[in-house]
Amino acid sequence: MGFEVLLKGNNMLRLLGGLGVAMYISLISVAISIFLGIILGALMTLKNPVINAFSRVYLEIVRIMPQMVLLFIVYFGATKVLGINLSAEISSIIVFSFWGTAEMSDLVRGALSGIDKIQYESSMALGMNTRQTYFHVIIPQIIRRLIPLSINLITRMIKTTSLVMMIGIVEVLKVGQQIIEANRKSSPNAAFGVFATIFLLYFLACYPISCLSKYLEKKWEN
Amino acid sequence: MNFEVIRDYLPLYIKAFMLTIKIGWIGIALSLGIGVFSAFILHFKIPIASQIVKVYVELFRNTPLLVQLFFVYFGLPKIGISISAEAYGAIGLGLLGGSYMTESFRSGLDAVKVSQTESALALGMSKGQLFTSVILPQAVTLSVPAVVANLIFLLKETSVFSAISLMDLMFTAKDLIGLYYNTTECLVMLVVFYIFMLLPVSILGSVIEKKTRFKMFGD
Amino acid sequence: MEEILRVNNLSKRFEDIEVLNNLSLSVKKGEVVVIVGPSGCGKSTFLRCLNGLEEIEEGEIFLDGEKVSSNKKNMSKTREKIGMVFQSYDLFPHKTILQNITLAPIKVKKRKKAEVEEEALKLLDRVGLLSKKDNYPRQLSGGQKQRVAIVRALIMHPEVLLLDEITAALDPEMVREVLDVVLSLAKEGRTMLIVTHEMAFAKAVADRVIFLENGKIVEEGSPKEFFEDPKTDRLKKFLETFSYEK
Repeated sequence: MGFEVLLKGNNMLRLLGGLGVAMYISLISVAISIFLGIILGALMTLKNPVINAFSRVYLEIVRIMPQMVLLFIVYFGATKVLGINLSAEISSIIVFSFWGTAEMSDLVRGALSGIDKIQYESSMALGMNTRQTYFHVIIPQIIRRLIPLSINLITRMIKTTSLVMMIGIVEVLKVGQQIIEANRKSSPNAAFGVFATIFLLYFLACYPISCLSKYLEKKWEN
Repeated sequence: MNFEVIRDYLPLYIKAFMLTIKIGWIGIALSLGIGVFSAFILHFKIPIASQIVKVYVELFRNTPLLVQLFFVYFGLPKIGISISAEAYGAIGLGLLGGSYMTESFRSGLDAVKVSQTESALALGMSKGQLFTSVILPQAVTLSVPAVVANLIFLLKETSVFSAISLMDLMFTAKDLIGLYYNTTECLVMLVVFYIFMLLPVSILGSVIEKKTRFKMFGD
Repeated sequence: MEEILRVNNLSKRFEDIEVLNNLSLSVKKGEVVVIVGPSGCGKSTFLRCLNGLEEIEEGEIFLDGEKVSSNKKNMSKTREKIGMVFQSYDLFPHKTILQNITLAPIKVKKRKKAEVEEEALKLLDRVGLLSKKDNYPRQLSGGQKQRVAIVRALIMHPEVLLLDEITAALDPEMVREVLDVVLSLAKEGRTMLIVTHEMAFAKAVADRVIFLENGKIVEEGSPKEFFEDPKTDRLKKFLETFSYEK
């Protein structure tokens, strides 16, 4: 079935290394997305017309443009238009952060505007000042809403980074192809075993994170 | 920008666009079918079948479409299952989408209040009548926002078809860039065609969402 | 008057808690029985048992001399004869007011649409909501929704009507409009079992009042003796919670 190639030499390690590249790119992108997303999300609740117009266009672009197209634009387009030569890694981090920031900002905006007005009013009525209200009442609630969603964003980011092979980054799929290619003669069926393994590797990477996100969401419901 | 280049490339892009749309919507139709079927299995807690559905949903929600496609396109032929790239694309998208649609429909079904069931039963309705005239219409309405989001997500996912040598929009753009270096024109056309494909769905989706929400909940 | 509903030794438990304890009751045709009691006394569970929303574990229920069983097929027939209105109205949000009312007669009783609609409009007119027939439930106030829910139950021509705290979720100013409808139903001789916290209403509408506590009937009597001359200490105490003194 082609699983035997993975036991040859350090093939399995190489595959894991490839997954590591995908993880690395996604974690950096998630970190940037969460940071920028919180800022943009907070700005969006200010109801400033300029920020609102900007964010609507931005979110709609992200909503309808495949990440793959964005990846092509940045990777191939930047060289041509701006004359700078971006590496495939940098391009993908830029694109995934661009996408992730949009997703995150929308979550932050939702979490912020989802806090009932009565929460502010009753804190004030208890004599808390604005700082205390935010620090003790509002922010803890927002964090509880955001953490599961942010964790969920990590799995989506990991899945998305599989695209980077299309602009030539040697990640897990690419490594898989190389292994299949190198063993074409000895294991003609390697494609089944290798891709089944990659399928499972992605599952093993994402599933626990999804479970954690679901668990926290349930735990903090109300 | 060179408009002559655009004119020359246009037929190629249109061909690719039609292919992308065709496979995309066949895949989506499949995913809706799988989603409805699996959601019923989960909702009615059919033994064994619902365990299988749960595993399927988790497997496909937690892996990227690209990996799924590589597995079915390059892997399955090695164990004797061989069909066309187009069919693989549609099936791959259908399976991925099916896992998302299952979740959306299931949560729609589960979101219908228990008291609705009770008041329908109190009126003497049978289980079948209760399901078709009370639960189902509400469940469909409740799952509209999630289904619309899935539609957009799945149409975007079609962009990875090029990886299994389907001559879709991405494939065409990449191919032309590689051959003639008209990068700007190729990328602009790529974006325009994706806007053609997705903006109407996005706008229509928002309208439908508003309409159904209005019908059920007011505002 | 002939007996229409008879309950023999009904018991029901949720895990360790005995919700209904050997409860027996007989209701005559045209009688209005009001059940009161502290929350958690089992009064709602009792009503829900009568139309099979709760499984009957021990005891028997007879409707019109026929035994009501938990058998699924017969249950639907029984429910056609026993109408129920809930605290949370539970109109179908995806249907208009008229459709809400006509759905069950058309689907369950297979009656003709035109005939059902005609009757529905008459009933709507009677509760003063004819103008709302094409609206959706969300466009109505709580009191209006509850009146529609009553009509929705009436059009099935039930022999017994169960009303489960139908005013508990309403704003005070809307309680009246709903209870007036119930009073008019009592006047035309409908058999009803009513669970309520509105003592003044209970006094006005009831032929017989029952005090339920811990799943048992503690005391019952005509409204006059029940409210003015309670026998048991339990009932005295319960009634005291409704009066205020400074």
